[in-house]
Amino acid sequence: MSAVSEAAPGKVRARGAVRARPPHDGAAAPLAPRARLLPALSAVYRAQLSRARVARIPLLFVATFQSVGIMILMRGVVDGGDEARAVVAGSSVLVVAFVALNLLAQYFGQLRASGGLDHYATLPVPPAAVVLGAAAAYASFTVPGTAVTAVVGSLLFKLPLAHLWVLAAVIPLSGAALSGLGAALGLLAPRPELATLCGQLGMSAALLLGVLPAAHLPEPVVWARDLLPSTYGVEALARSFDARPDWLLTAADLGVCAAVGVVSLAVATWAFRRAAVR
Amino acid sequence: MGAGQEERGGSPGRADDAGDTVCTVRGLVKTYAPARGGDPVRASDGIDLDVRRAEVFGLLGPNGAGKTTLVRQLTGLLRPDAGSVDLLGHDLVRHPDRAARLVGYLGQESTALDELTVALAAETTGRLRGLTLRAARAERDAVLDELGLGPIAGRPLKKLSGGQRRLACFATALVGERPVLVLDEPTTGMDPVARRAVWAAVDRRRAERGTTVLLVTHNVIEAETVLDRVAVLESGRIIACGTPAGLKELVADEVRVELVWRDAPPLDVPEVAALRGAATETGRRWSLRLDAAGARAAVAAVTGGPAFAALDDFTLATPSLEDVYLALGGRAEGLVKG
Repeated sequence: MSAVSEAAPGKVRARGAVRARPPHDGAAAPLAPRARLLPALSAVYRAQLSRARVARIPLLFVATFQSVGIMILMRGVVDGGDEARAVVAGSSVLVVAFVALNLLAQYFGQLRASGGLDHYATLPVPPAAVVLGAAAAYASFTVPGTAVTAVVGSLLFKLPLAHLWVLAAVIPLSGAALSGLGAALGLLAPRPELATLCGQLGMSAALLLGVLPAAHLPEPVVWARDLLPSTYGVEALARSFDARPDWLLTAADLGVCAAVGVVSLAVATWAFRRAAVR
Repeated sequence: MGAGQEERGGSPGRADDAGDTVCTVRGLVKTYAPARGGDPVRASDGIDLDVRRAEVFGLLGPNGAGKTTLVRQLTGLLRPDAGSVDLLGHDLVRHPDRAARLVGYLGQESTALDELTVALAAETTGRLRGLTLRAARAERDAVLDELGLGPIAGRPLKKLSGGQRRLACFATALVGERPVLVLDEPTTGMDPVARRAVWAAVDRRRAERGTTVLLVTHNVIEAETVLDRVAVLESGRIIACGTPAGLKELVADEVRVELVWRDAPPLDVPEVAALRGAATETGRRWSLRLDAAGARAAVAAVTGGPAFAALDDFTLATPSLEDVYLALGGRAEGLVKG
């Protein structure tokens, strides 16, 4: 790390320029201050959110219609109980997987391949700010689609709406897990097509393993289901449809999402740093 | 600085006096792994360079000469295999992350900004350069105003023409002041008005703040008009370095003769057949570098008798940096005029 890094991350306000230790003769020029994590994160978040207006809205419609369509299809097969809850919860979290995993993997894959990362790499911004800002923005894009899907599904299958507030935890936490995974895939894939492929496969897995009731799946597929982070978001949401939800288990499921989110976002930040300087 | 300093061989990029040097590069080597079955490519092959404070220093060369590889090493984006880069007293090989705090960089790609509006691209870049929100907005407004981008500030970059988009990216490079600007072909696709805005903005920063500018270009005319000094790159090496005028003195006794034939060149005329050996042929155009007497003889030969009937057009010109480049052994293709 740099010998002139800022004194302490907690100390805020521009200290102005920090003088560097001269490496050889003569004094080194002062360095401009770094961008601090939170302001940089919010700047990236705002910029990414503004992209939504231009580029993302049609895709958000696609994501929502896909999930609503799946629920309408499944209504012919499932007539209530555990299975109905799995279908609604799986379809709702599928919106998160579509946007946060699939689209974010594509975005970072293309940004890396086209040299767009250079823009960030030549700014004094912490890599975590770029990764977290983009991930947070993509997770935010999923809010309307996920909420609409959950409400429509609950009405369609006559499930109680009382505990749907749990979406306020499910969306950010499964969003963190899936967008971290998407960002890491996009930044680690050697080619952008592979990033796209991985994102699509991840979304397909979230669709099949999330929507189909676990009880009917063969043993190895159940293991795969347990490995997929979106599963825990689905389980947490499905529990909230109970008349008296087991909040402890819900919290445990969401804890898994949070843990996966922390790890995958850390990996994505490492991958960003690695991809930016070659 | 005259032609005397542009000795060939040795290290043409090294300045004789180290006074007020902003950037010192020594022995820079970067090799890319070979494509399947090929040889490894030495994109930087032992580069020495001194850039002085407040000068506009150019890197001129055709595509593939190693210009972009060199600036990527100067901006901390690429780690050299060997050699040293000292920028304003900071060792950028050991601390590549410091480059972002010293340099405003304009790369060739705008994909990170394409979907943002011009105003938001400038503001966001300013914030990521460490400015507060208020400072970023103030600088955004000042730079957009300076470059005449106000009327299109609300439009996304990807909806703009290539030249406008380039100007908007240039604007982002200026928000958040830096002592050094590294600009990789900044005026590509721009109309003359936008180009003037770019050079006016560069000149203003140089005069008012002593900003040093490192400019990558393959445009000969631009190099001759805006650069204080220029390093000519070929296959990862600096083959010449000096002021444009000084470099042109290397070939001052030469005259460039351009001949354009109506159809096939009249090779049955012995003088024309003799010229062919010295000519670079591009379609119906022959390009020759001759000494003054040779040029006179050539013009006399093609403007009289049967050769004149076959001639469509001819021009005589004093040497340009392209001629310097060719005289020093550069490949012919790749440099752009105009």
